[in-house]
Amino acid sequence: MLLEITQITQHFGGLCALAGVSFGVESGSVHGLIGPNGAGKTTLINILSGITPATSGTLRFDDRRIDTFPAHKIASLGIARTFQNIRLFPALTCLENVIAGQHLIAERPLLPRLLCLPGAIRQEAVYKQQSLDILVRVGLADRADFSAQHLSYGERRRLEIARALASCPRLLLLDEPVAGMRRQEMLSVAELIHTLSQEGMTILLIEHNMAFVMELCSQITVLNFGSVITTGTPAEVGRHPEVIEAYLGKSDQDA
Amino acid sequence: MVHLTYFFAVYGSLINFIGINVLLALSLYVTLSAGQLSLGNAAFAGIGGYTAGILTTQFGVPYLLSLLAGALMAAIVGFLLGMPVLRLRGVFLAMATLSFGEVVRIAAINLKITGGAEGLLGMPAYTKTWFIYLVIAVVGYFLSRLRYSRAGWSFESIREDETAASAMGINTIYYKTLAFTIGAFIAGLAGAMYAHLNYIITPGEFGFSAAVNLLIYCIVGGSRVWYGPVFGAALLTALPEILRGIGVTAGPIRMFVNGLILLIVILFLPNGLISLFQRRRKVAVSVLAGAGIGDN
Ligand SMILES: Nc1ncnc2c1ncn2[C@@H]1O[C@H](COP(=O)(O)OP(=O)(O)OP(=O)(O)O)[C@@H](O)[C@H]1O
Ligand SMILES: [Mg+2]
Repeated sequence: MLLEITQITQHFGGLCALAGVSFGVESGSVHGLIGPNGAGKTTLINILSGITPATSGTLRFDDRRIDTFPAHKIASLGIARTFQNIRLFPALTCLENVIAGQHLIAERPLLPRLLCLPGAIRQEAVYKQQSLDILVRVGLADRADFSAQHLSYGERRRLEIARALASCPRLLLLDEPVAGMRRQEMLSVAELIHTLSQEGMTILLIEHNMAFVMELCSQITVLNFGSVITTGTPAEVGRHPEVIEAYLGKSDQDA
Repeated sequence: MVHLTYFFAVYGSLINFIGINVLLALSLYVTLSAGQLSLGNAAFAGIGGYTAGILTTQFGVPYLLSLLAGALMAAIVGFLLGMPVLRLRGVFLAMATLSFGEVVRIAAINLKITGGAEGLLGMPAYTKTWFIYLVIAVVGYFLSRLRYSRAGWSFESIREDETAASAMGINTIYYKTLAFTIGAFIAGLAGAMYAHLNYIITPGEFGFSAAVNLLIYCIVGGSRVWYGPVFGAALLTALPEILRGIGVTAGPIRMFVNGLILLIVILFLPNGLISLFQRRRKVAVSVLAGAGIGDN
């Protein structure tokens, strides 16, 4: 297990958003996290990435306890994420967004820059090329010099994935990466996720589109009212009675 | 040559004053570039000014060394202040730094070593015009390189979205404190140089209105690139003289023009007057800048 989530509980005042959530994410897998609106999926991602500390419970990444770490330290271990309510750097260009995302892999020391050493300029060209390559991967190469705030909704989602990829993470947390996308765009993201997984990246994927999840994931965890109903393969999850019940009651709202 | 001498005789102190304000605006630019709204930079200038002034007048410390000491003292105080207050966001940070400024001003009024309300007297006029502008050039160059360093990108990320920045691996507390400390250092340096311009400094010069003026320089010039605040500070400091030149002498009209410029910029030019000159080449610049070749 690359990531082990054990008895994670989260209270917001009187509200219990997560009640003892436990499951593991296998190294190299695409792991789906599904559940009706308000089930606690985003809350869990926020805990995993260190944005909000859990009320109780433990997290292990690569056999290391990370539940007390601040967000930047968790990121530095190789966990990157996107946000359901897209959080780009709106005033920067697409290219600059990805360049900023290289924080963990790019030294960019000040002194050689002050002295205008050719090595620093050469190194920067390499970083820039890496960023452009990532933009190509998410299909935004022709948008490199556009300001992020002028992108379409789907393009912004893809740019957020690009920025997360810039740090070469081992575990990628995607919170509804294809929400609001048209079919063609959605397929291209599915293909990207598939390729990343084949390259060895582990992916935890939150998504309401069931076809998308069933197609991509090798394991799926179903969350409802802050508790895990079941974890298993798409086929196992699909015929689980409680899952069917939870979804039949809600499915029309989740489309 | 005669014209030039005449020009300096008339406008010399204005030119010096513009230079100091440019440096102070640059100090605030660093803090703003990391998204932190500080109203404490005038007080940091005061700390630098008093430190340097006391060292040269009472301890016979050489001028350059006193500048360094003033800047370092401001940076240390900035660092110590930054650690607790930078956990606050937006207007709460502004209020905390503002009260810090008041504490510094009241301390300067009440301490014996600072000369009390009458101010600190007797600083020799060591600061020369060329030296002020040399320091501006060095600081400007430093900031233009800093922008595309790891710290510069971190400042930019934090300013754009602090939560996203931390999820990207940026230690936001570290980089915010760094920006705040660099800003305090530059402000302290400017204050130390200012103290050796006019023989005297008084607590009131580093108070609330000075702090707000710095912010206005940055807003009017534009705080997204380092030369925005330079332009804003130079323009607004020279404005009274420019207005006098075109025949406007009444005080209230000057204030009105000042306020009008600020209002127009806030309403129509969120990136400051400097964006008027930038817009057309924006795409070209951002391409070069990524390779570290661009100069903004
Ligand atoms: N910061 C917060 N303060 C208070 N309540 C919160 C907070 N964040 C989430 N909640 C509540 O916790 C519950 C779980 O929310 P969460 O956003 O994790 O759901 P979700 O599974 O991501 O839903 P969706 O599919 O709509 O994105 C909801 O009832 C929500 O209102
Ligand atoms: Mg959610």
